[in-house]
Amino acid sequence: MDMKRGYYEDVQLVTSPVVFFWLVVLLVTLLLFPFVVSNYYVYVANYIAINIIVAAGLNLLVGYTGQISLGHAGFFAIGAYGTVILMAKAGMPFLLALPCAGLVAAGFGFLLGLPALRLEGPYLAIATLGFGLTITQVIGRMTLFGGREGLHAPDLVIGPWAVDTDRQFYFLLIGMTVLLLLGMRSLIKTRVGRAFIAIRDADIAAQTMGVNIVFYKTLAFAVSAFYAGIGGGLYAFVLRFIEPEIFTLMMSIMFLAMVVVGGLGSLMGPVVGAGLLCWLDLKLRNILNIPFLGDWLETLSRSWFSITGVSNIQYIVFGSIMVAIMLFEPLGLYGVWLRTKQYWRTWPF
Amino acid sequence: MIDFLQMVVSGVAVGSSYALMGLAMVIIYKTSEVPNFAQGEMALVTSFITMMLLTTFGYPVWLAFCLALVFAAFLGAFLEFAVLRRAKNPNILGTIVITIGLEMVLLGLVSWKFGAEQKTMPFPIGPYDSFIIGDIFIAKLEVLTLVSALLLMTLLFFFFKYTRLGLAMKATQQNAVAAKIVGIRTNRIMMMTWAISSVVGATAGLLISPVIMHPFMMWDPMLKGFAAAVMGGMTSLPGAVAAAYLLGIIENLFGGYVSIEFKSVVAFAIIVLVLCFKPSGLFARHYVKKV
Repeated sequence: MDMKRGYYEDVQLVTSPVVFFWLVVLLVTLLLFPFVVSNYYVYVANYIAINIIVAAGLNLLVGYTGQISLGHAGFFAIGAYGTVILMAKAGMPFLLALPCAGLVAAGFGFLLGLPALRLEGPYLAIATLGFGLTITQVIGRMTLFGGREGLHAPDLVIGPWAVDTDRQFYFLLIGMTVLLLLGMRSLIKTRVGRAFIAIRDADIAAQTMGVNIVFYKTLAFAVSAFYAGIGGGLYAFVLRFIEPEIFTLMMSIMFLAMVVVGGLGSLMGPVVGAGLLCWLDLKLRNILNIPFLGDWLETLSRSWFSITGVSNIQYIVFGSIMVAIMLFEPLGLYGVWLRTKQYWRTWPF
Repeated sequence: MIDFLQMVVSGVAVGSSYALMGLAMVIIYKTSEVPNFAQGEMALVTSFITMMLLTTFGYPVWLAFCLALVFAAFLGAFLEFAVLRRAKNPNILGTIVITIGLEMVLLGLVSWKFGAEQKTMPFPIGPYDSFIIGDIFIAKLEVLTLVSALLLMTLLFFFFKYTRLGLAMKATQQNAVAAKIVGIRTNRIMMMTWAISSVVGATAGLLISPVIMHPFMMWDPMLKGFAAAVMGGMTSLPGAVAAAYLLGIIENLFGGYVSIEFKSVVAFAIIVLVLCFKPSGLFARHYVKKV
């Protein structure tokens, strides 16, 4: 494999002209994308971009630091409600409200990180799961948060730029996603990121080497929650309307599934995982409209299953993907990519 | 006072179903270190199969229930054999993801087959049949739940203490390699553990189904049962049972005296608090990792 000789080579983004070329191609594609496709696909892209942000944040916690979180929908909700309320009630501009809401989520992440210091495995899973459920319940019962009726997102105006269509929002979102992903990459390649990885691999050994476990574990929770909060704040403006029923346990599970399917502890893993699962999610909502497969499923449902429950096939698909990934390729799609690369590099042998 | 007693009584009744779910999860976790998130949905499948046997095929109740429990045992054994055993040395996150995946598959199958709307289970005892002692209403179903929970617990206690199979399970859990050396087929033991656990969970499912029956009915009992199991220490059967009753009673008292709105989440708040002070639960010895 390619050997790194110095720190600079490790953090370098553009390592060769080829990489530079493809980066430019990627950026140009991202910028031209909304002008080529229909409105629906711009919406899909926005939806995926938000999930990428959250999945990247969760990957920092699960993939790099080796913790477990089944409560990221809670941070997501905090970010969404925080942004909307800071804008509507406190009159903050969007670009200030969003990071503030992210910081609030990070604060909650820090708080959840404190008990998590002593917990692992199923104990941590149930604690984070309980946190996610509690947040949703609390939000659903308080009038400040609009209760069960939910809240409408205010109009989004950044300086002179009024962002009111999906297409305009796309540029804002893509910019933020790219920035946040680059931020994640830089974080992983620094001392902090190496501390996270050390904790994941052997926490006691890391401690003896002088890694401050208390600091870095809570930091991982806080940063991860910050990403989820930012994602939530942006999601409020994709939906334009938020209510507590959106932020369910199923959402937390889907975030975890994205990270696991994409590949734990890799930078591109969550991007691919979020892209694949969100696309599938949107496709499978109207499963009967898929050509051929839809007709076949309809006859199958009519004769053996029920036609009203046909949308629940998405659970079967997601569940099977999660099980299959864990059984056959625990590194996720990133692992598949690594093996393919290795196979072709040494091809005739 | 009457209110208080009434709340405690319903707390005990709710606690019984949590206790059954908690027991089922502890049985699996003890032997294989898998926190089984699919437990609730395994019970869900069994309940819906029972309903199908009763309504579509018109089997008598006793036969349907016996068949359901047999089915539950086979389902548990099958899942262990077909899925969990195929995972090569999964870490704890891996097992959580696998069981959540299984949960979603089973949930999807049930709601595809039966639709998402509320069903009624033709159970011999209705959810509102009750009798009155003093001024306290006690639903017959609650008594049945309590009795079956206690019965199952006693059976499990004797099973683990005196039977060959139970002892083999204990041996497998304490040291799988040593168990193999003395001639225990640990794979088979694992499968049987899943079968037994599935039967215990299915009992809880069958007892919940007269009250509420739709594809998401097992989420709350499963999560609360899991919470109880964690609170009890995840490896201790009596611990899980005690914690389940504690959670059920506290939940009901909280709903009665403090706030009915937050009743369903108070269990998780308690869990987080308990874990802050006793990270391995109330009834398990704290596990110290050796380097």
